[in-house]
Amino acid sequence: MVRFLIRRLLTGILVVWLISVIVFGLFFVAPHNVATLLLGKFAAQNQQLVASVTHQLGLDQPIIVQYGHFMVRLLHGDLGYSYYSHQPVTTLIAQALPVTASLAIGAAVIWVTLGVLIGVLSATRPRSALDRGATLFALTGLSFPTFVLGLLLLYFLFYRLHVAGVDFFPGGGYVPLTQDPWQWFVHLLLPWITLAVATMAVYVRLTRGQLIETLGEDYIRTARAKGLRESRVTYRHGLRAALIPIATQFGIDVATLLGGVIVTEQVFGLNGLGRMSVQAVTNSDEPVIIAVVLLAAVFVVVANIGVDLLYAVLDPRIRLS
Amino acid sequence: MSTTDRHPALTVDLGTEVARPVEGRSPWRLAWDRLRRDRVAVGCGVFIVLLVAVALLAKPISMLVGYGPTQQDRTGGITPDGLPTPPSVHHLLGTDNLGRDILVRIVYGSQISLAVGVGAAVAAVVIGVVVGLCAGYLGPAVDTVLARFMDVVLSFPFLLFAIALVTVAGPSMLIEIAVIAFFSWAAVGRIVRGQTLAIREKEYVEAARSLGAGNLRIMFVDVLPNLVAPVIVYTTLLIPVSIVFEATLSYLGVGIIPPTPSWGNMISDSQSFYQVAWWFLVFPGLALVLTTLAFNLLGDSVRDALDPRTELRG
Repeated sequence: MVRFLIRRLLTGILVVWLISVIVFGLFFVAPHNVATLLLGKFAAQNQQLVASVTHQLGLDQPIIVQYGHFMVRLLHGDLGYSYYSHQPVTTLIAQALPVTASLAIGAAVIWVTLGVLIGVLSATRPRSALDRGATLFALTGLSFPTFVLGLLLLYFLFYRLHVAGVDFFPGGGYVPLTQDPWQWFVHLLLPWITLAVATMAVYVRLTRGQLIETLGEDYIRTARAKGLRESRVTYRHGLRAALIPIATQFGIDVATLLGGVIVTEQVFGLNGLGRMSVQAVTNSDEPVIIAVVLLAAVFVVVANIGVDLLYAVLDPRIRLS
Repeated sequence: MSTTDRHPALTVDLGTEVARPVEGRSPWRLAWDRLRRDRVAVGCGVFIVLLVAVALLAKPISMLVGYGPTQQDRTGGITPDGLPTPPSVHHLLGTDNLGRDILVRIVYGSQISLAVGVGAAVAAVVIGVVVGLCAGYLGPAVDTVLARFMDVVLSFPFLLFAIALVTVAGPSMLIEIAVIAFFSWAAVGRIVRGQTLAIREKEYVEAARSLGAGNLRIMFVDVLPNLVAPVIVYTTLLIPVSIVFEATLSYLGVGIIPPTPSWGNMISDSQSFYQVAWWFLVFPGLALVLTTLAFNLLGDSVRDALDPRTELRG
């Protein structure tokens, strides 16, 4: 167990390090000049100024030296300063993280619980109207690009209702949880749905398929023969075996989550990590980009280790070695 | 191929009933027959064929409608306040904020979606199959390196990375295809690798090896044909994913550069106007959703058709 954890952590660190090298390399090769971008119209007038700004940022040094400086600072928990806002990157991340965390965790809770629940309901009633409805919902949900769904929700549930005199859903923005929990919830409701629907569809299909297969097994017949209630058979005996592939899927989805977060934050004007990173990319604000990519990579690695640990909890036969 | 010519005895008179000749049907033929009987699959197939026709005939269609994809109708296509005009006889699906015909722009946008969607999916599948075959067949040393590499690609925060790559390389359709393919091949590679690992232990592979077949020959002649079914399914399902990926990049402003219309940048333009011009958002959105839905449903049906167990369950 401990050996397994250590090995996974070491490969995880390797993956994160590789990603850091690639990101760093990518932006070093990039044919752009940060100093010129920063100085704007002053750059054309004064080449000396460009050179001095480039020097101040340390961008005139060889890439190995720049990378070395970056790693040393990183190991001290310092991610550098944004080229644009001149604030420490750690401060910027600290500001954006609660927004993204609220969005991502809430959406994940919705898609897992509702997805599995709908999947169970349609698996226990195959070919019923509910089952067909769930299948149709899943396929439609899968086909809806996040930003189309988000904008349509805004149009119908915010704008149309607003015109009709009902102002339940706000048109975007974020209210901190600590400031007003109810407003936090209401502001995040549409973004949560937007982010959750496509992924939820995957879980509906996965749960349904797995559970239908599991419920056909002999031990389920045994459980029924013992006289257990049907709900207990479904949830305790059947669903438990179906949870392993769902856990695998969850590990995969965590990696794609940031993509959905970027789009959702853009649609609803939430100033989280996704929006921050898109702005950083268009501004060539490298310290911010590298920090966000690294943070996301760490998140993915940790989530995958978590999923592996979850396997052992879900299925005692799995020994981690 | 009918057997009646060779075995007349098989068609003895069975009373009034005409004896049906025994027909040998390959698994592919069976799958095709199953697919043809699937009404949803046929409907989606027809939709996709029509879409391809529309994309190919974009120019004649725009001439028929009377507006070009970037042509601004300053007289009838925009209100005195400078707002888009609703659907009418002149502009069947209305106009956008610059007085451009939305129908014509959707038609031209389908070219981008199909080219990038199909191009990226095919490129990703080719790369994925080759890498997956190598990882699965060439032994543990190659496997470790390639599998680890696929893990790295899969754990990339790919949309962010795609945005970064496009910004660095400068947006263009080819770059877009390359970026989408780069982030999609690893999933294919993983599946192919898993299947290859199982197939390489089969007796017929051993037989081929003992006959003196080289690695390349075994990989592509003996192993690859057994992977065709999952690869076909994966390609059909990867096309809608790539189409959405393209639209997302265009929506975020790092895909197809305006004024060239793509469904993604049209929806992005509509974001500031959807409250006063629903058609500006709804029609391009509908085009995108229907297209991905058609490919998803078709992919599902293809999977069912290729799975011999379907009929038992049926």
